[in-house]
Amino acid sequence: MRFERRANVPWALAVSAPFAAVGAALALSAALIIAAGVNPLWAYLEMLRGALGSRLAVTEMLTRAVPLILTGLAAAVAFRARFWNIGGEGQFYIGALAVAWVGHDLISGLPSAIGIAVLLVVGMAAGALLLSGPAYLRLRYGVDEVVTTLLMNFVVILFVGLMIEGPLRDPLAFGWPQSVPVDGTYRLPDLIPKTRLHIGLLIAVAVAGVVWLIFARTVFGTEARAAGFNARAAEFAGVSLPRTVIGVALLSGGLAGLAGTIEVMGVTGGVTTTMSPGFGYAGIVVAMLAALHPAGVVAAAVFVATIFVGADAMSRATGVPSFIADVIVALALLTMLAALFFSSYRIRR
Amino acid sequence: MSTVLHLDRITKRFGGLTANDDVTLELKNGEILALLGENGAGKTTLMNILFGHYAADEGTVNVFGQTLPPGRPRSAIQAGVGMVHQHFTLAGNLSVLDNVMLGSEPLIRVRSRRDEGRIRLLALSEKFGLKTDPDARVSGLSVGERQRVEILKALYRGARILILDEPTAVLTRTEAERLFDILRSMTRQGLSIIFISHKLSEVMAASDRIAILRGGRKVAERANSDTSPEELAELMVGSRVTRPKREAHSIGAPLLAAEEVTVHLDGKPALNNVSFTAHAGEILGIVGVSGNGQVALGALLSGVAAPATGRLTLEGREIGGLGPRAFIAAGVGRIPEDRHAEGVVGELPVWENVVLEQLATPEFSTRGFVRRSAARSHAADLIKLFDVRGATPEMRISLLSGGNMQKLILGRALAAAPKVIIANQPTRGLDEGAIAAVHAKLLAAREAGAATILITEDLEEAVDLSDRLQAIVGGRLSRPVAVEESDSRRLGLMMAGVWEN
Repeated sequence: MRFERRANVPWALAVSAPFAAVGAALALSAALIIAAGVNPLWAYLEMLRGALGSRLAVTEMLTRAVPLILTGLAAAVAFRARFWNIGGEGQFYIGALAVAWVGHDLISGLPSAIGIAVLLVVGMAAGALLLSGPAYLRLRYGVDEVVTTLLMNFVVILFVGLMIEGPLRDPLAFGWPQSVPVDGTYRLPDLIPKTRLHIGLLIAVAVAGVVWLIFARTVFGTEARAAGFNARAAEFAGVSLPRTVIGVALLSGGLAGLAGTIEVMGVTGGVTTTMSPGFGYAGIVVAMLAALHPAGVVAAAVFVATIFVGADAMSRATGVPSFIADVIVALALLTMLAALFFSSYRIRR
Repeated sequence: MSTVLHLDRITKRFGGLTANDDVTLELKNGEILALLGENGAGKTTLMNILFGHYAADEGTVNVFGQTLPPGRPRSAIQAGVGMVHQHFTLAGNLSVLDNVMLGSEPLIRVRSRRDEGRIRLLALSEKFGLKTDPDARVSGLSVGERQRVEILKALYRGARILILDEPTAVLTRTEAERLFDILRSMTRQGLSIIFISHKLSEVMAASDRIAILRGGRKVAERANSDTSPEELAELMVGSRVTRPKREAHSIGAPLLAAEEVTVHLDGKPALNNVSFTAHAGEILGIVGVSGNGQVALGALLSGVAAPATGRLTLEGREIGGLGPRAFIAAGVGRIPEDRHAEGVVGELPVWENVVLEQLATPEFSTRGFVRRSAARSHAADLIKLFDVRGATPEMRISLLSGGNMQKLILGRALAAAPKVIIANQPTRGLDEGAIAAVHAKLLAAREAGAATILITEDLEEAVDLSDRLQAIVGGRLSRPVAVEESDSRRLGLMMAGVWEN
């Protein structure tokens, strides 16, 4: 048996690869569910019902998908240019914290729409600023951004802990470690009344469109793709690699920061150190499942949100621990990597 | 003589492309068969089928009377076929002995039989005159020595039929001659050899029989004694190709000049106090064996590297170190040395590649958005103008053959009618037809008044195209000589570093 590189990956194959990957991940996870003494078909059915079985369930799932779309875009943007931003989690939290701080009482008195716009920009700027550090270290000293961005996650979460126990502590939270909330005027309006689903969903989808536009249609995006595929050739053709890395880092960090911002403004109001069930890391899975394509990111985020939200319901119904969601998502990343390999090669006897 | 290898009616298709079309080939015991053809004629594909890297769509491979299962290199090895690839497959951090034994032992064995391996390796090396040190680390070996290790590796696995893919591409002339002596002596010991080449001279010098492939078909087979280089060239190309001639004309004002420039690469001086002047309408040839500072010179002249000391000026204005964008804007068209590594982004389509240099100009973008239709039609124009065969603006550029890719790069560099052209090894690895096309374009640019700096290791090319020549040796440049005043002896001395300052 041999692998031959395909000259061109057929369109149908490229689209079906993530589905095959997801199927394989579910099949592999079934072994664990069986080990827990439960029929996997039943478990998956409960999972689907929990995520999609009612109007409320769907809105909950979509609410969960919003930050995943944004952290997924953050990872996709960076990976396209071969800048390995693993720090989405940290950028998420710093965006959340910045907005809680600025949005609580620093900008009170602004009209609602303007205040919201200001806060979205503040959150993006915070995330972008956080990632500009690792980008600078990479450009100036060649420090591997995988290490710096990953380790920054822990630093940021400890910093958030420090802030919400100290200067930004919410005095009305009865000792609960939570930051002051964003001013009610600046909370994101509901998309569907009486659910938690807010207009952040529309923002996230629109942002995916903008990211697609940037990469497919602009000079910057074309140069970033060229630099990602072949940095030497791009440099020879006059693409400034430092400019590209900085630009991509600001965009990526900004998107992850925006994810935290929108989560605070749309769902939690204030910041806690447990508000993210790993949105930053799951964004990496989302980006890979989407093969780094912005439209795919939206679909992949919905899938991952379905698993996360459905797992809780499944756990209540079947007794299988909801940690199975993490297993499925992690396996989906691995099977997707395999699927990408198999779709760009063909097997020969 | 008995037949040891029989390829019977092999056909292999890649998508719409037929790489081998009904090819039948026989190898007799103890002979050297040359497989001659241009790049893309299907030579390597055919040998990869023989060795089992690819499975043929039709046809069979028969070795020593037994039919090989398709697509199984292991069966080919067991049947006694050994292959030496153009790009070596050695582990640089291991010793020669480790490399030779690697993969020929079972995965799990308590004790590696290194001592026996060493004895066998030395016996083989003695028998065939392939000198080697079993304990030397491969990364420290020269290219010629590595090739010997590759051959020993094949022999160690019991090869009685040896396939060499473009074995001389990486060798100097003396190394190549030595290799042919070794091959000759191997056939006397009962081995049979196929070597792949597109160089007529070495095919004539080293083979008993010659099979010529063109466009995937075997077009002819000749005994060495019954043919001539002229006939082979015609068979290989299909029609006679003549390289264009340089016409004498007067040269113009100085355009690009270097004054005592030193360039550092990786912290070490790679170019030392070099000076040259290229005039309008002139081709200035920089000749030398590769590895003598051409990389640094290419980097300097394409704007990637900055001079550490000295001045590089274009029409009197300092330009050294301003970066590729500034060079392009100033009218410097650049053809990089390595088209795959520096010339193109393989994953991107043709049209994005050809406009990448000028993406930020008003011609191809407005307010940061790419003008896609302008870029696509520009790409379509270049494809037509530079006769890039089989290309469309939308296809991934990596799907093009080397020659067609080079024509596109040439098109990208020359389309804007540059004042200065930097052509770094512009015809390396190209076939006769593509070489003639590249030469014609460079000469046309010279006619139009461009100043061209041609960096090449091909002496024939340098003499054919250049008005003046400078030799590059150890990072230094000789004084220029007019091509009319140079003869092969003088050039040979120059390239060896003997010149009077």
